[in-house]
Order: sequence, then C-alpha cells, then structure tokens
Amino acid sequence: MTAAPRRLAGLDGPLPATAELVIVGGGIMGLALAYNLAVRGQRDVVVLEASYLASGASGRNGGGLRQQWSTEMNIRLMQESLEICGAFARDMGINVWMRQGGYLFLMRTPETRAQIERNIALQNRCDVPTRLITTDDARRIVPELAADQFLAASYNPTDAVVFPWPFLWGYAGAASRHGVRIYTDTPVTVIEQRAHDYLLTTGRGAIAAPRVVNAAGAWSPRVAALLGLTLPDWPARHEILSTEPLKPFLGPMVSVLESGLYVSQSTRGELVGGITMHEPKTNDIKMGSRLAFMGAMARGLCEVMPLLGDVKVVRQWAGPYDLTSDGNPIVGEAPGWPGFFLCCGFMGHGFMMAPVVAKYYALHLLGRETHPLFERWRLGRFGEEGTEAEGMIIG
Amino acid sequence: MPRKLILCRCEDVTADDIAQAVAAGFRSLEEVKRYTGFGTGPCQGKECLVPIALTVARESGAPVAALRPFTARAPLCPTELKQFAALAAGPEAE
Repeated sequence: MTAAPRRLAGLDGPLPATAELVIVGGGIMGLALAYNLAVRGQRDVVVLEASYLASGASGRNGGGLRQQWSTEMNIRLMQESLEICGAFARDMGINVWMRQGGYLFLMRTPETRAQIERNIALQNRCDVPTRLITTDDARRIVPELAADQFLAASYNPTDAVVFPWPFLWGYAGAASRHGVRIYTDTPVTVIEQRAHDYLLTTGRGAIAAPRVVNAAGAWSPRVAALLGLTLPDWPARHEILSTEPLKPFLGPMVSVLESGLYVSQSTRGELVGGITMHEPKTNDIKMGSRLAFMGAMARGLCEVMPLLGDVKVVRQWAGPYDLTSDGNPIVGEAPGWPGFFLCCGFMGHGFMMAPVVAKYYALHLLGRETHPLFERWRLGRFGEEGTEAEGMIIG
Repeated sequence: MPRKLILCRCEDVTADDIAQAVAAGFRSLEEVKRYTGFGTGPCQGKECLVPIALTVARESGAPVAALRPFTARAPLCPTELKQFAALAAGPEAE
C-alpha cells in the first residue's frame, strides 16, 4: 500500500505568522481543497488539523461512491466525482483500492418503491444507468441474498467503493508537493476577526490569514463558535464494522433502504458495513462503540444474507456524520464574516463528494468559476422556503 | 533487521513498510496503522503491535515509552455474526 517515502504527515515546529489561506480540518475536504487550490496556483496555503490526518469521519467511513440520489445536484456532482476517483490512482500515484461493483438498494414497501422510481427517472435523465429490478434479478446479482422478503431493488452497476485511508495520503502528498503546509496535532483554540484578516491561535502559535475555510466536519460548529458564528449542523455517531477477509463474492454494495443497512466487500476481502441506530440529537461528538450496534448489524446482515452468520467480525468502530436539517451541506462565505468560508454539513457522504466539491470550491475561491452549489447550499438558505432536500441519506 | 521481514502477518506489512511510514513523517501508532494497514486483520494487532512499536521507535528515535498503542476495538477476538445476532435487542447502552 505504501508509496515512495515522502512527507505526508503533519509538519513539526511553530506555525508561520501568516498565510494567504488557512484551512481548518485535515480530513478529505480540507486536504482535497488544499490540493485543488495549490495545483491551480494558489500559494501559501496552510492546513491545521486538531488531531492526525484521517482521525475523523474521513478515516472512519465505508468508502462508498454512489450516484443514486434524489436530487439532480447530487447526482451530477457524484458522476463527476466518480470520474475523478477513477483517475485518482494514476493522477496521484497511490492505490485507493477502487472497485466498481455497483450499488444494489433493496426495498420493502410500496412507498419506498414509489420514491425510488422517481429517483431513478431523474438519475436516468442524468445518464446514470440505474434500473428498478425484481428480487429474482437481485438474486442473480447477489446469489446469497434472501431476496423474497423484499419488494424490488434498484441497481446501478457504475457505483463503486474505495478504501478511504490512501485517498487522504494521495491528497496530502500531492498538496505538500505543491507547497501546502499541513500541521497535525494543532487544534485551533481562538479565532479573532481583525480589520483585514483572521488571527487563529493554536497550541503551535498563532497564524493570521485574510481567508479561512472551516472544513472541520462534525467539529465545524465548534470551530465557527470560536468566532461567535452559530452553524445549524450537528454531529451524529454512526457505527460500522469489518469482518475477516473472504474470497471475493459480493459484487455490489448492498443496502436496505428502510433500515439503513449497508455492506460491501472491499478489495481487501473484508465485509464493511453499518446500519441506522436512532440516537437523541446532541452536540457531543461520540465515537465509542456499542454492543447494541453489533447486535442490530449482525441481525440485519443475517436477515439479508443468512450464510453470513458464520462469518467473523474482527472490529467495530464509529465516526461522526455532520448533519443538517435538509440533508445538504453548507458552503460558501459566512454572511457577515467576510473571508470566513464554510465547507461542512456533508451528511455522511462528504468523502465521496470531496473530489468534486473541492475542485469547484477551489475555482470559487480563485474567482474563476462559481458552481450553482454555492447558491443552493449557502448558509442563508436555512429558514427560507422552497429549498430542495436530499432524501437518500443512508446509514 | 531484514527489510523484508513481515511484522504484520495479517496484512503483509514489512519492516521496510514501517520505515517508509516513519520516513513519510508518521510518528504515532494510530497514524502508522492507517498508513500501512498494520493491525487491521484478523489478529487486530495482538501479534504485531509490539514488534511494530519497537520498529517505529527505532526508526524515529523516539523512546518506546512515548508510543501509545492504537485504540483497541471490540470484539476481543474474531466472533461469528450469528453470536451477535442471537443477542436480544436491548437498550443502546454506552
């Protein structure tokens, strides 16, 4: 898995006194944005990560890349993101273990099917080849399925999975080669708005920059609060497990829409998956693992594919989704805080969206092009009428 | 130590892989785990954590005592899904 030795982890030593642009958050969003800015000529970019790279949701997710969404914005963005991911190994010189085995969504109720039929029509208009298939057809794709309990399935053969960790090394390494300075173990403790810039205080000293991007994922409300800015996103623990490696047998990511169960087989052979657990809304970031999740996930897996009962679990862990009320992210400059930009609220699909979002975010910050997502997903939309919600939030 | 010596037998991580991770700037076992994949297979680090910690310490020059093991994950040993599926659905305790 390892590439040639080069500096990938965070730098040591004190921070520079100033930067042109500071990104708070060394997850996939922050690193992808840093790379996309630097490769297009933005100089003097600094990334501040409170912990280590991949310590948050970017290092804890299931690595799914899907184009099956309920809104055209997400469908088209993910089509482009998948293209970038397909070229990532070649462009970045690192293996991300990508496998295009498709996504198979199973459904139990006519209500779900009606919504999925609307989604598929929209996906097909965008040239995503999703189709509604019978449970017999689903069993032909995954013979191990106990398919009779379901009503139908939606299948797109061009969806994919990756192994998340090397994606971060790819962006971190390429960003570093283009001059980005990445500091880990560098939590921001104070942000002060001054006349022409922001002063960020960290355990490694202070750094001033006219532009700051908050890409801290589930921690983004806390970062914004340092400035007195209240964000409407909130963290939610999602748990996940991994099994022992098995011979390749499972083509697509399999997901049950009503329960939020999802499971895929990585190119490392293991099954990786999670399921929706209902928790009260909180501002605490919880990453502990629970036996209740293990039970719910095991029951869900054995129900969908009974022969998995003999497969051994080797590890369970958790990571934070960064949720919003309409299922869409928060991007662009914060109203009233010139130079303070938001890139958060990605609902548990930020990993798969990062390659394309970071590209358009870089073009936006460089003043070269602005994508409609900056109007659609601006902070000011909350509380307005007529905003479009995303319905395909899984896990 | 031979560079091709396999330290993590589950994931085929060699002494040379660990040296490369340290050369790339990774110093903590959490980071080295994520960079090399060591400790993520069936043994979950039970066989490899100590030899890899010693290797990270030697390559980085840091004292072994300064290294902390990565977070231990449940279950304690690989366990069949059917065992967990047989648990009654209970309260979602921490």
